[in-house]
Amino acid sequence: MDSGVFFSTYRADMALRNRPLEKVRMALFVAFVLVFPFVASPYWLNLANTIAIYTVGALGLNILVGYTGQISLGQGAFMAVGAYGAGLLTRDIGFPFLPSLLLASLITAAVGVVFGLPSLRLKGLYLAVATLAAQQVVEWLITHTPITGGTQALILPSPTLFGLSLRGDFRFYWVALLCASMAALYSANLFRSRVGRAFVAIRDQDIAASAIGVSVFKYKLIAFATSSFFVGMSGALLAHWRTIVTYERFTLIDASIPFLAMVIIGGLGSISGSFFGATFMVLLPAMITTFGRSLQSTAPWAAALLPAVQQGVFGVVVILFLVLEPEGLAKLWRNIKDYFHVWPFSY
Amino acid sequence: MDVFLQLTVAGLSNGMVYALVAVGFVIIYKASDVINFAQGEFLLLGGYLAFAFIVQFGMPWSLGVVATLITAVGVGLLVERLVLRPLIGEPIISMIMVTIGLSSVLKALVNGIWGPRPRPFPEFIPSHRIEVAGATLGVDRLITIAIAAVLLVSLSLFFRYTRDGIAMRAIADDQQAALSMGISIKRVLAVAWAMAAVSAAVAGIVLANFMDVRHDISAVGLRVFPVVILGGLDSIPGAIVGGAFIGLLEAYTGGYVGHGLNLVVPYLVLLAVLMVRPYGLFGKEVIERV
Repeated sequence: MDSGVFFSTYRADMALRNRPLEKVRMALFVAFVLVFPFVASPYWLNLANTIAIYTVGALGLNILVGYTGQISLGQGAFMAVGAYGAGLLTRDIGFPFLPSLLLASLITAAVGVVFGLPSLRLKGLYLAVATLAAQQVVEWLITHTPITGGTQALILPSPTLFGLSLRGDFRFYWVALLCASMAALYSANLFRSRVGRAFVAIRDQDIAASAIGVSVFKYKLIAFATSSFFVGMSGALLAHWRTIVTYERFTLIDASIPFLAMVIIGGLGSISGSFFGATFMVLLPAMITTFGRSLQSTAPWAAALLPAVQQGVFGVVVILFLVLEPEGLAKLWRNIKDYFHVWPFSY
Repeated sequence: MDVFLQLTVAGLSNGMVYALVAVGFVIIYKASDVINFAQGEFLLLGGYLAFAFIVQFGMPWSLGVVATLITAVGVGLLVERLVLRPLIGEPIISMIMVTIGLSSVLKALVNGIWGPRPRPFPEFIPSHRIEVAGATLGVDRLITIAIAAVLLVSLSLFFRYTRDGIAMRAIADDQQAALSMGISIKRVLAVAWAMAAVSAAVAGIVLANFMDVRHDISAVGLRVFPVVILGGLDSIPGAIVGGAFIGLLEAYTGGYVGHGLNLVVPYLVLLAVLMVRPYGLFGKEVIERV
């Protein structure tokens, strides 16, 4: 029974997980994700892949928005760059899966730096509007240039890794899982390093940060690059998994806003929050759809309302979280953990 | 020359719709520093409410319009009370996201009540065409410009002469000072949201008159960003000038250049303005201190 968190060695202080209970929880979670694909139905496996890929994207966005405080409405544009990058590299140049994934992520990181340039002059609201405009420009470019195929879908061959086919949800699950865990581990360590601390300093007060010797110019660009790398990776994964790329997936309404909702509902500036947010935003619409389908026979009029209900529930959930728990699911989870950690002496 | 005149009238009338929506946007931003992503959905709701009152309830159009505007006031007040007031003092991202959530709820409401099909809007604004200097102009376009001009001028007068208007300017200038002079911020915020909803509803009615009542008219909510950034986020004359400019720019690029370039040009202007002069043509430059 603990009364708080105390460290007596540097090793304990540096560990990502140090309390026994934390280690047990982590082990249980790892066991769950490893066993999951063997027992899950195809439907759930599909959802799990989506969650894993969205987690990568949400982590990327969280690095930028939650940790560095640069509001971005251009998530969809970055994902589109990653997806179309991977798609074109594979289809037109014949890159294998892994190089195309990495190169597409790197290209997105480079594009992210370009997008990040306005952030050196703009902040807060104005940056949000600038990224909104950039999103619109990228959407327009994709639908109006011949190499992306415009509004036509881009179809790529199913991915293989070291001669092994990754076709199908079961096989791709492991790739998506690996990417998500590496992204999470990388982010968790990033914010224990000099660079990550600089991001947080810029978020909290950029002028003060520059006064204590943080190069705001440099670190904002690094933040944009790191963030877009992961966002691009999530786009590229999506492209390889679905083997089809259409611009509709990456619009403001269908990508930028849901991802922003993910990091807010999950918890800004929280690694586990990115995962919670992605899980929540994938499962909620899926549950509503399932529920609506079950009503199809008994109450068809209710099933017809489904799209409206989806939209309405999304809005209501976002508003409720912002009003009632602005720090999101990660904070709720932390409250539960803290409660049991010091139970029954919670003072 | 006749093409030019036609494009000018079309652009200016669209621009005036933008200006109406933008003015609501600016009023809210001035009063509370909130950037309202749901402005386009207020417009959408205005169009559908007018359709409901005039067509579905069979009211005469004048009464229907009045009923629409009164309902819009109610919606504005309700939104301010339920959604925005609990968030006073929260960071910008919460404010942005909450209005995005709001826009989603309003869209769902419209979608749920009226369904996804476009509906024909009752024609009470005459839409026959007249010949002026060789150009064929729609009378509805000219009337729209006139309606918007009257409304925008009366709004400017409101800010100059009425008690609430002056209180609003005082709050925009310095909230603390305004509070200590006995101005009720709650009241001013409520008035601001009501006015924004009304101006958007008027825009919705005139826009629905051009292109039926349908869901994509809410896209105007995003077209407003170039307008307000160009004019300055906190300037009402800026919103009017910006609206006219962006409307004309779209019409001319659509008419003379084509290739769908008119869809993206406003955003390029936006980016250019942000790079060169972030506070816009008439906006107030903010100097930040730690």
